[in-house]
Amino acid sequence: MNEQNCDPPSVGKSACCPPPKVEAATCCPPTKATEPCCPPKAETPACCPAVADDRPGYKLWAFVSGWHDSPVGRIPQIATKLTASDILGRWQMRWGLGRMRYSIAPGLYAIGTPSSTSPVLVTANYKMTFDLVRRDLHNHDVWLLILDTKGINVWCAAGKGTFGTDEIVRQVQTTKLDQVVNHRTLIVPQLGAPGVAAHFVQKRCGFKVIYGPVRSRDLQIFLASGHQATPEMRRVSFNLAERLVLTPVELVSMWRQILWSIPILFILGGISPEFFSFAAAWQRGGAAILAGFAGLLAGAVLSPLLLPWLPGRGFAFKGAVTGFLVAILGTIIFAAQLNWLNSLALLLALPTIASWCSMHFTGSSTFTSPSGVEKEMRHAIPGQAAALLVGGLCWIAAVF
Amino acid sequence: MAELRYIEDVVTLELDAEICIGCGMCQIVCPHGVLVVEERKALITDRDRCIECGACAGNCPVEALRVKAGVGCASAIIHSWLTGEEPSCDCGGSC
Repeated sequence: MNEQNCDPPSVGKSACCPPPKVEAATCCPPTKATEPCCPPKAETPACCPAVADDRPGYKLWAFVSGWHDSPVGRIPQIATKLTASDILGRWQMRWGLGRMRYSIAPGLYAIGTPSSTSPVLVTANYKMTFDLVRRDLHNHDVWLLILDTKGINVWCAAGKGTFGTDEIVRQVQTTKLDQVVNHRTLIVPQLGAPGVAAHFVQKRCGFKVIYGPVRSRDLQIFLASGHQATPEMRRVSFNLAERLVLTPVELVSMWRQILWSIPILFILGGISPEFFSFAAAWQRGGAAILAGFAGLLAGAVLSPLLLPWLPGRGFAFKGAVTGFLVAILGTIIFAAQLNWLNSLALLLALPTIASWCSMHFTGSSTFTSPSGVEKEMRHAIPGQAAALLVGGLCWIAAVF
Repeated sequence: MAELRYIEDVVTLELDAEICIGCGMCQIVCPHGVLVVEERKALITDRDRCIECGACAGNCPVEALRVKAGVGCASAIIHSWLTGEEPSCDCGGSC
């Protein structure tokens, strides 16, 4: 592709730089001997190192923009500008597509041209996390130490311990970080703290942990101010945009339950005085599936968005309230088609589904305690089961 | 905007102020501003905001803080009820 870089300056044939089809490797081997032939133009690295770094079976990530020399060898230098494919990848993740395989190799990376005095920032090997961090460190010269968190973000991985003391110590040792930098400080994201014991990291590998801000977008100010984080930078938030962006994956995560429910509702919908009716299965089963989707949207999208304004504390209760409002709307819109038993079924079942889905949003939220979630579930699940059972019986009784 | 607060009087966070050396690490790591150091001793200011993430206890060099840390996630808790394992994010691979 970059043949012109390798073309000899003269028209005459050249043994040193033949057309790429003959043998690419002879184009610009990293030996001094070829220099007279391949002029030391600034563009030449673009031509050859990419070829030199190709390994059978491996492909270089597009974010590797070059290589940075360090006392322990060449370190991949990464771009701070995100490309269309990075943004597409982020959208895929938001919809839960291939989310468990979106990781990069752990180890040491360079942003800009860091030196032995440049800061070392630690983060996870979830590519979405990595992308946001490098984007937010535009125009900086820093080292990035990527931990092997199995492709999980910092906070969740810290909860599991994969972003933790052991892994930090392991990466510091395997990357020979003590030879790369002459200071002994690691900047670790604050949300990594549940997995990290700063005093043990220092004891075990000599590096002092400084907790950086919660959000990577505050890193530039944090670095510029001599590692000072404002109280604001230390607090997690959960604003409307932050909740909205988490709802698609919440919907997608319900796919198993959705797939199971559809045939069950068609079969139950077909129950009729003459044992089974396909017309009823289609009509009543279809209506029930639509009601189920309304409940799903109420609990997994509407309730998370309206979270601060819904009454109560428990997510299950908030979801039930949202679902109940949607169900009332449904009974009004379809008043002509629904007898009282059908209406009662809708008023019981739809809020239950919404309550169940909303309860699962606790896992995405930033302010729920496990003790609280367990407590609300112990109260909510029996109620959900009872409401679903009674609602289902009403629905079936409605045809008799 | 209305403030987001969760269920009250359930949190397992405990602080032994006797042992506390006032290093301030807990105040740094807490993502909800629950812990504040005043006059060289940590204080629990608003315990119902605690999400039991365990960051403070894990980073306390003198073990003055105790909390039953875990994952505040319904799927993880259901998974633990069904399997008897500790709740973790390893529930079906999607969360």
